[in-house]
Amino acid sequence: MSALSVALTGNPNTGKSTIFNELTGARQKIGNWPGVTVDKKVGVIEHNGRKISVIDLPGTYSINARSQEEQVVSDYFKTNKPDIVVNIIDASNISRNLFLTVQLMENGIPLILNLNMMDEAERHGIKIDMKKLEDAFGMPVTNTVGRSNKSVRKLLDVFTNAVMTNYKPSKLINEHIERVRNLERSGLAPAKVDEEIIAARYDLIDKIMASAVTVSAAGKTLTEKLDSYLANGVTSIILMIAIFYLMFQISFNWIGQPLADIVGEFFDETLVPWAAESMEAAGVEGWMQSLVSDGIIAGVGAVINFVPLIFTLFIILSFLDGTGYMARVAFIMDPIMRRAGLSGKSIMPLMMGFGCAVPAIMANRALDTHKDRMISIFVTPFITCNAKVPIIALFAAMFFPDNVANVVFAMYFLGIITAIVMAKVLSSTMFTERQSTFLLELPPYRLPDIKTVLLEAWDKGKGYLIKAGTIIFAMSVIIWFLSNFNSDGMTEDMDTSYLASIGSTTSVLFAPQGFDTWEAGASVVTGILAKEAVVSTMGILYGVDEDSVDTDDAEGTAEVLNATSMGSAFTPLSALAFMVFSLLYSPCMTALGTVKKEAQGFKWMAFVFFYTTAVAWVVSLIVYQGGRLLGFE
Amino acid sequence: MTLKDTKPGMVVRIDSVGESELKQRLMTMGLIPGTRVEILNSAPFGDPIALRLRSYNLAMRRDDAAQIEVSEVG
Repeated sequence: MSALSVALTGNPNTGKSTIFNELTGARQKIGNWPGVTVDKKVGVIEHNGRKISVIDLPGTYSINARSQEEQVVSDYFKTNKPDIVVNIIDASNISRNLFLTVQLMENGIPLILNLNMMDEAERHGIKIDMKKLEDAFGMPVTNTVGRSNKSVRKLLDVFTNAVMTNYKPSKLINEHIERVRNLERSGLAPAKVDEEIIAARYDLIDKIMASAVTVSAAGKTLTEKLDSYLANGVTSIILMIAIFYLMFQISFNWIGQPLADIVGEFFDETLVPWAAESMEAAGVEGWMQSLVSDGIIAGVGAVINFVPLIFTLFIILSFLDGTGYMARVAFIMDPIMRRAGLSGKSIMPLMMGFGCAVPAIMANRALDTHKDRMISIFVTPFITCNAKVPIIALFAAMFFPDNVANVVFAMYFLGIITAIVMAKVLSSTMFTERQSTFLLELPPYRLPDIKTVLLEAWDKGKGYLIKAGTIIFAMSVIIWFLSNFNSDGMTEDMDTSYLASIGSTTSVLFAPQGFDTWEAGASVVTGILAKEAVVSTMGILYGVDEDSVDTDDAEGTAEVLNATSMGSAFTPLSALAFMVFSLLYSPCMTALGTVKKEAQGFKWMAFVFFYTTAVAWVVSLIVYQGGRLLGFE
Repeated sequence: MTLKDTKPGMVVRIDSVGESELKQRLMTMGLIPGTRVEILNSAPFGDPIALRLRSYNLAMRRDDAAQIEVSEVG
């Protein structure tokens, strides 16, 4: 017997994904629907000796094909006839949820109506008579309770036992379909027809609600009480800053960084010596040893170091998203983002940019319009990501020892301001499509299902792990080669390496900014591969023993480097210009690759590379030359 | 009166949804003439606003709300 095909469909925020995760667990495959950046989730399970293939369709309010998600669902039903279609309905929000149900019925799709979160509905004074609902539609009605494993497993029995051919649409539904067909044939203007049909659907829903659902007045819900603080007036902004501060504190200081330190220690103290000894013992050639230890292990290790941080951040973000709070952040930030030509929904990706631009750029998928997505992708790289922090920290400690905190804060601020200003510039020059709108459901606050949070975090983070890993691997080999070879072969003297030639060619560009040494030029180039490389390249090139350049400890590194020629290679003003340039210029290769994928085009990747670098060049020029005019050095 | 002119705490009934690019999306979300809408709260500077209708909460900008004619019911 072939696998039973089951499709899950429903509105956003109905707990559909939780049910899917509960049904399929880790046996799910997440891919993309062809041509769009919408996740396609499929899982295969076995129940009562029967293979069941479950597909989780994107959450949509309708199948009008206005958004990518709606297009996916609409196309899916045009070309597929799954054995069973389950319409997951949030029972506490049944009226609007039934809109999709009615629309699916009009398309002749037989459905199982599954009422989810019945417990929550009852708390809100909503009572649903399942038998009457079944009669009203002529389709089977089941129910599940939010996160109850048992009630979800019960669905599997329904799948294997259901004989959908036994169910026929009720008289009420057939009359509605007849009414819709008549409207379609009425000869009215197409927009008018669509509106009349929408009104007819709600007309039907109101009828069904009157017969099967009783709504008694309940007091203020917990959600409304919370929203009077978390989504109301200026207080909400202060609370939001506190919540995000806590999130970064947990990710970067309490959990993520300590974990990252453990991984880093393992690399430095266990893996590297072990690899060196093994290769020595095996009689591996010197150049090969150098490639593996100084190149691959050092380079890939730098990335692996960030994995705990990234996953911690993703777990917290998925959790916050699952509670419904992220919708409030979009809501309260809309007044500010709107003035920059963006929508409130853009705030999420930008916030993530403080961690790493790669997931931040990917997060732009959630935005409504093409314009919002593109602008958001293009300004995210200006935000000070975690990998840029060592650059700022080091230069601030070396050249502004009395003002470290102020300089670091100013750099963060500069990143944000540049992002907002460039959003405004891009929206009024390149993306002059109509001002985006903002229509957003504020789902009730809920405690998210932990399995769903972890699966989501893993799904978002594993891409970083795999992709960054492969790119960084290749890049490590290249940097190692460039800094150890010249046209005559391998060289001991880095000043004559390919990297030195590249550096001195690049540095010509920075004469007006006052940092035109080949070492600075080379650091800028390696920084495109990974921002962490800027500081480590400086360390290597200024002749410090690599081991003593500990980028976690800016003061210590500053002391060491001050003793070298680096202290005299920059003046405070040219150091400031270098910091500004490093902060704003082209994002790293991994981020550029992500831009190419998310903006769907090599030309957009090239655009981001050149325009961010141009902005960085101009701003650092203004800082340096402006500073000189004001008499600084 | 339009939905734009309402204040938090007010309860209104929708009279009509005016022509705009958003009209069909608004209707799909359940903003149909006759629907009861409660105005809940607003973002900083009073825009966008949060509404409760059909047992769920929806946020929209005041500019878009200006297209929706309403009358107060209580």
